Amino acid sequence: MKILTFFSLFSTFLSANSINVEENAGQFFSSGHTNNWAVLVCTSRFWFNYRHVANTLSVYRSVKRLGIPDSHIVLMLADDMACNHRNPKPATVFSHKNMELNVYGDDVEVDYRGYEVTVENFLRVLTGRLPPSTPRSKRLLSDDRSNILIYLTGHGGNGFLKFQDSEEISNVELADAFEQMWQKRRYNELLFIIDTCQGASMYERFYSPNLMALASSQVGEDSLSHQPDLAIGVHLMDRYTFYLLEFLEDIHPASKANMKDLFKVCPKSQCVSTPGHRTDLFLRDPGSALITDFFGSVRKVEITMETINLTDLIKEAEILYILSLHQVDPCCDKYCTFGH
Amino acid sequence: MAAHRCSYSALLLIICSLSMFIVADSQETTLTGDNHATELDNPQTATETAGQMAEQPAVEERRLWEATEVEEATPDDADTDKQDTSTPETAVPSSVPQPKDDFQEELVIRPLHSGDIYASFQFRTLWETDFMRGNKVSHYRLFPKSLGQVISKFSVRELHISFTQGYWRTMQWGQPFLPSPPGAELWVWFQDSVTDVDGTWKELTNVLSGIFCASLNFIDSTNTVQPSASFKPLGIGNVTDHSFLRYATLPREIVCTENLTPWKKLLPCGSKAGLAVLLKSEKLFHSSFHSQAVHIRPVCQDWQCKTTSWELRQTLNVVFDLHTPGQGKREWSLFKMFSRTLTEACPLASSSKIYIDITDNPQGEQFEVSPATPLLSQAMVLGDRRTFSVYDLTQQITFGTVRSLNLLIRWKSSEGDMLRPLLHGERYVAGYGLQTGEIHTLMYNNHPYRSFPVLLLDSVPWYLRLYIHTLTVASKGKDNKPSYIHYQPSKDRVRPHLLEMLVQLPPNSVTEVTVQFERALLKWTEYTPDPNHGFYVGSSVISSLVPSIVAMDTNSTREQPLFSSFFPCKEESSYFVRVYTEPLLVNLPTPDFSMPYNVICLTCTVVAVGYGSLYNLLTRSFQIDEPSPGLAKRIANIIRKMRGVPPL
Repeated sequence: MKILTFFSLFSTFLSANSINVEENAGQFFSSGHTNNWAVLVCTSRFWFNYRHVANTLSVYRSVKRLGIPDSHIVLMLADDMACNHRNPKPATVFSHKNMELNVYGDDVEVDYRGYEVTVENFLRVLTGRLPPSTPRSKRLLSDDRSNILIYLTGHGGNGFLKFQDSEEISNVELADAFEQMWQKRRYNELLFIIDTCQGASMYERFYSPNLMALASSQVGEDSLSHQPDLAIGVHLMDRYTFYLLEFLEDIHPASKANMKDLFKVCPKSQCVSTPGHRTDLFLRDPGSALITDFFGSVRKVEITMETINLTDLIKEAEILYILSLHQVDPCCDKYCTFGH
Repeated sequence: MAAHRCSYSALLLIICSLSMFIVADSQETTLTGDNHATELDNPQTATETAGQMAEQPAVEERRLWEATEVEEATPDDADTDKQDTSTPETAVPSSVPQPKDDFQEELVIRPLHSGDIYASFQFRTLWETDFMRGNKVSHYRLFPKSLGQVISKFSVRELHISFTQGYWRTMQWGQPFLPSPPGAELWVWFQDSVTDVDGTWKELTNVLSGIFCASLNFIDSTNTVQPSASFKPLGIGNVTDHSFLRYATLPREIVCTENLTPWKKLLPCGSKAGLAVLLKSEKLFHSSFHSQAVHIRPVCQDWQCKTTSWELRQTLNVVFDLHTPGQGKREWSLFKMFSRTLTEACPLASSSKIYIDITDNPQGEQFEVSPATPLLSQAMVLGDRRTFSVYDLTQQITFGTVRSLNLLIRWKSSEGDMLRPLLHGERYVAGYGLQTGEIHTLMYNNHPYRSFPVLLLDSVPWYLRLYIHTLTVASKGKDNKPSYIHYQPSKDRVRPHLLEMLVQLPPNSVTEVTVQFERALLKWTEYTPDPNHGFYVGSSVISSLVPSIVAMDTNSTREQPLFSSFFPCKEESSYFVRVYTEPLLVNLPTPDFSMPYNVICLTCTVVAVGYGSLYNLLTRSFQIDEPSPGLAKRIANIIRKMRGVPPL
């Protein structure tokens, strides 16, 4: 009798333990994405819009630090601030006053710059409908298992975002572009962050599944800039992205922080505007989506029970290995410079 | 009691079986794949197969390592980390001997008379292989693969691309080793096997814009020309068909760290070892002039030119301003210029040297260089014999006891003058208003008694409509007729103007070329987002063989420092010089793009005022209204009424 109880208790203890392990292993595969992409866009021109370039570069810096490589980041900067003749410290873009943090850095690759940042190019990058001679570094080559982070900053209004003072993109166009991406299976999950005035109006019209959106201000509110630097003479960052950068500096590739923490970034007391977010189109619970699902690039391992023919696999693996040896990409990937 | 016990044990059994079932279930979910139905009845077998699976990838990996080792017939010192595997069991003999490649790096520092300092980096990779004739090259070692693929895919014979920030001041700084115009410049000679040169050119510019992170995709037919005489091939090849040459400039192109990053990644040692360690963007872009370039061309290996090899030169020229760092002391060091010192040469380089130009300092009275070096070298460069102190970084003794090299140049006196450059050019726009203007190009010949011919190349965008009948070339007040003129008129929105002239410059004179133009009105979609900045016109190119003071060295296969062997030298009495003028910035008649808003306001005001007035006029009626009398009068009227007298 006693032996029986002991045995049953022992077995339930074992099974409980193994359930935990299986749960952990199950969570390991729960997101369903295998690669990460980021599209970071700054839409403003002219020296007094320095802060928009600094915003975009600080998100770029965080995303690179957390593991997304340059070949998976499409960075679009509408004007050059670092080597601008008005910049008292050339080749630098600072985010904190007193020149504490240079977000431009020494290893930066800008894919679209200057006059190339237009509404048409942005929508073509998203939908993948680019001319055949476009190099690989300028393409968003995502598939249906990609998690994409899209970050936009600039001057905006109720329902539109201004590109370079000469054209604008409306929230309807953006929503339709995302729907095209969904129908062509170009993303698994998409996180959309926008830091402009009345930013929440840009995500009002989304209707495709698996989209999560954050904005720095509600409709009718302005997003404000953070602090000027007297030596440089302009405002360095916008408030929302400043606190977002501070939040992201604490995240490391193994961090377990989830989206609910991201929603708490920059409350009204710090931001003056009210940040908003939208999760009704997102199929998972935002609490189960990790920050590194979008900002980082975590490689996953899959175990399979299938039998594999080794001779074919060796040839393929050989080729892949040799290609990987030459993977240093000066702004592009291996054989890829020639379109598709 | 027994019944209780029975039920109790039955309950326990049920619990145990349930827990087993749950364990099996969750194991099922972890193992992906379709065929888990039969294998997971017993968790024991599942773990066994998992163990087998773990073994199989290890076996695969070992065989992978084997295959790689066989591929590398000539393993390099730098990639010994790949050789750490077990000996291969099946040895396949290597089939092709790998072509020889060689890498050299050098830095030339020339102190300038104004106190500024000019530093020129050159990195050269020579590779004995043949990209032409459809050879499939697949094994790259020192030569960067991205450029090799560009050469073979687009059948490129020569490629020259440069990115420059700032303008080279010839009169203050002398002649540069490698001239370049402000902005981006690209010129390419294609091989004769190319059938559609324009299509290939367009694809090539797109590919290069991806490699160098620049907006080279803006190069299209509206800014591409085919010069007929100015840009002869710099490598081997006696090509005369100019339909295979394309030249384009983008004067607005900005150079910044994002262009330097991919440029550095093309070097064999990257920016980790050797001279490239000094290339830090924060110092390089805080300068008066910064230019980085890539030149690819085929060269002869020996005197008879029996074997040819491909040469890739990456050059970086920078001029640091004396007053920028804040202190006015005339003293330069590697640390002050680049915020780094050197600790080793690139291990892949066959030669790694620093040259300091001490020609103006024979007795050490102008400036002093430390640490001192016994090595001296003389070279014939830019028509002059210059003396250089040489620091060889492949010798450990150069680094001394502190194991790092920080060259120091301290100025003692500020006299002495510079060798006056013989050829010099300037350009400006004259005129007023937004309708017409005049382009003036001045070419200076500073030689006291020799005259020489120069080739002037002008490429003007279509929106400045040149009136070629107003073209005048005058030297010393008199008309100077060019002996060769090649003019291709522009076509609106299709191609630019191309003007090439061979002009003989008389000694010690200024030659002025003037041409009038008219500004076109663009369509409103053709304006850039900042049209009030103006529109750029690319630099003019002045190419010439200038008489040299000393006899130049025509033996191109002798060991020469890189800076003196860039331009091929065909005769001893002259050397090749290319001078770029300033780019022009012209304002085109620009509409007011805030006009729609203003139009609406104005129209609404006019309509409101006009309609309102008309409506009033039509519907207003006038009545006579008597004014009410004052208080005194009213009291008087009341008294009068009481008296019965008529009112006032």
